[in-house]
Amino acid sequence: MPASLAVPRTQMGFVGWATEAAIITAASLVTGLRVRWSGCAPELKTRIYYANHRSHADLPLIWAALPRDIRRTTRPVAGSDYWDKTAARRFIARSVFNCVLIDRNPKTRTADPHALMEAVLSTGMSLILFPEGTRNMTDAPLLPFKSGIFHLALARPDVQLVPVWIDNLNRVLPKGEFIPVPLLCEVRMGSPLGLLPNEEKPDFLVRIRESLLALANAQARQP
Amino acid sequence: MTTDRALILLLSGCLAVLVLSTAAAYILRLKVAAGPQSDVVGNLIARINAWWVMVGLLGAAVLIGKPGVIVLFAVISFLALREFITLTNTRRADHWVLVVTFFVLTPIQYGLIWAGQYGIFTILIPVYGFLFLPILAALRSDTTNFFERIAKVQWGLMICVYCISYVPALLTLKIENYEGRDVLLAAFLITVVQLSDVLQYVWGKLIGRHLIVPSLSPSKTWEGFVGGVATASLIGTSLWWITPYEPWQAGLIALLITVMGFLGGLVMSAIKRDQGVKDWGHAISGHGGILDRLDSIIFSAPIFFHVTRFWWTT
Repeated sequence: MPASLAVPRTQMGFVGWATEAAIITAASLVTGLRVRWSGCAPELKTRIYYANHRSHADLPLIWAALPRDIRRTTRPVAGSDYWDKTAARRFIARSVFNCVLIDRNPKTRTADPHALMEAVLSTGMSLILFPEGTRNMTDAPLLPFKSGIFHLALARPDVQLVPVWIDNLNRVLPKGEFIPVPLLCEVRMGSPLGLLPNEEKPDFLVRIRESLLALANAQARQP
Repeated sequence: MTTDRALILLLSGCLAVLVLSTAAAYILRLKVAAGPQSDVVGNLIARINAWWVMVGLLGAAVLIGKPGVIVLFAVISFLALREFITLTNTRRADHWVLVVTFFVLTPIQYGLIWAGQYGIFTILIPVYGFLFLPILAALRSDTTNFFERIAKVQWGLMICVYCISYVPALLTLKIENYEGRDVLLAAFLITVVQLSDVLQYVWGKLIGRHLIVPSLSPSKTWEGFVGGVATASLIGTSLWWITPYEPWQAGLIALLITVMGFLGGLVMSAIKRDQGVKDWGHAISGHGGILDRLDSIIFSAPIFFHVTRFWWTT
């Protein structure tokens, strides 16, 4: 998708802009953030960046890792049950990260999450997705993927799926803690993937999960 | 000579070396163009550029004096500790241990040095930290790799905070006929040890053939070691006028700290090898992490401090 087709986000306002700058600066300073585009270049293509999810700080760190023009044409997908809970979270989700908020509960939802995400992709914007569906609290490096990303890949074969591994952030702020400890973190972008001809859902989900895991095992912190 | 004059002379010397090496590196780049050696020269230029920043920061700190040196090294400790702990395998149960390490013990250590409390800053980490950190970890009742986890955090704390803090601690020494000039001791240590690193690199690149510990480091050669330590010790001898030592004493002490610095580099390389990484981090372009640049200071500063304190203080 040419860059010109991407519809930039609506105005974020000064408070939103300042909050974003503060969040990005803090995230980069605490983690000494290093970004490695090992599998692709930071381009204004319509993409789904899919990442591992262990910490509430995952989204701020990916946000800090993306160049500004990509941030302005990318929307993270996040659960409304968490982000709609307080006024502060609503402000950050809507005015800072420009989230696509989806209701993860099938009983209460009024809109189909896939339709919402597809609508964003059809404007030329990219998505940030955590396909594990929830924060991973286990000792396993990565949970099995939910099927939503398969339906997006099926509906939009032209969209690139870019694996994004967030390294070490779970140690900065583990579950239930509120004081972050400064540790070096890295965000690694892998090679873009897509749905293969005749590929079944389980095979596809396993394959893109393996691609993300391969980034995890790519020798960390080697120059 | 006043302290400030001595510092400015020393800094001018450093700047002259920097100007010369920058010029030499750019001429070298023209010569090798895009040949097989261009990566080496590219790294050399990155290293020299980083030296401009480091000399600038250190120069500003020593000119400010005690507050400058203490704050600079507190920040360095913090960044070094971040690099070290990143490479360990701490778990969720260690979170409070890490919070205390970063936000309690590190600031207190530097606060005690500011206050000149020799009796406490030399034991805060090796006694109180040593005993209370494992207690804090045990209270979280996660025994997986417990011994390894706690030992690594303590090693990191000793290396990155305790040993590094001996540089500003030099400013607390009370030496007869040397009052108010202690900042020059820190300048002497840093200049001699870092010059030794640089000269070992230069000698090694020029005539290095025989590796000292092949399994540990592909760049440490006997030629580099002997040439670097000898020239740095000579420079140390010639800097006797900024120290409380006689020239021959300055030479011996320079030899002691450059050898310690070299051995520190070996130990820190062994840890990197064990962890499967080439550099500690990426904070200093061309050099690697903070710890890659500081390993020699870490192993020489405490010895330098205690030797000077034992024989020269009143």
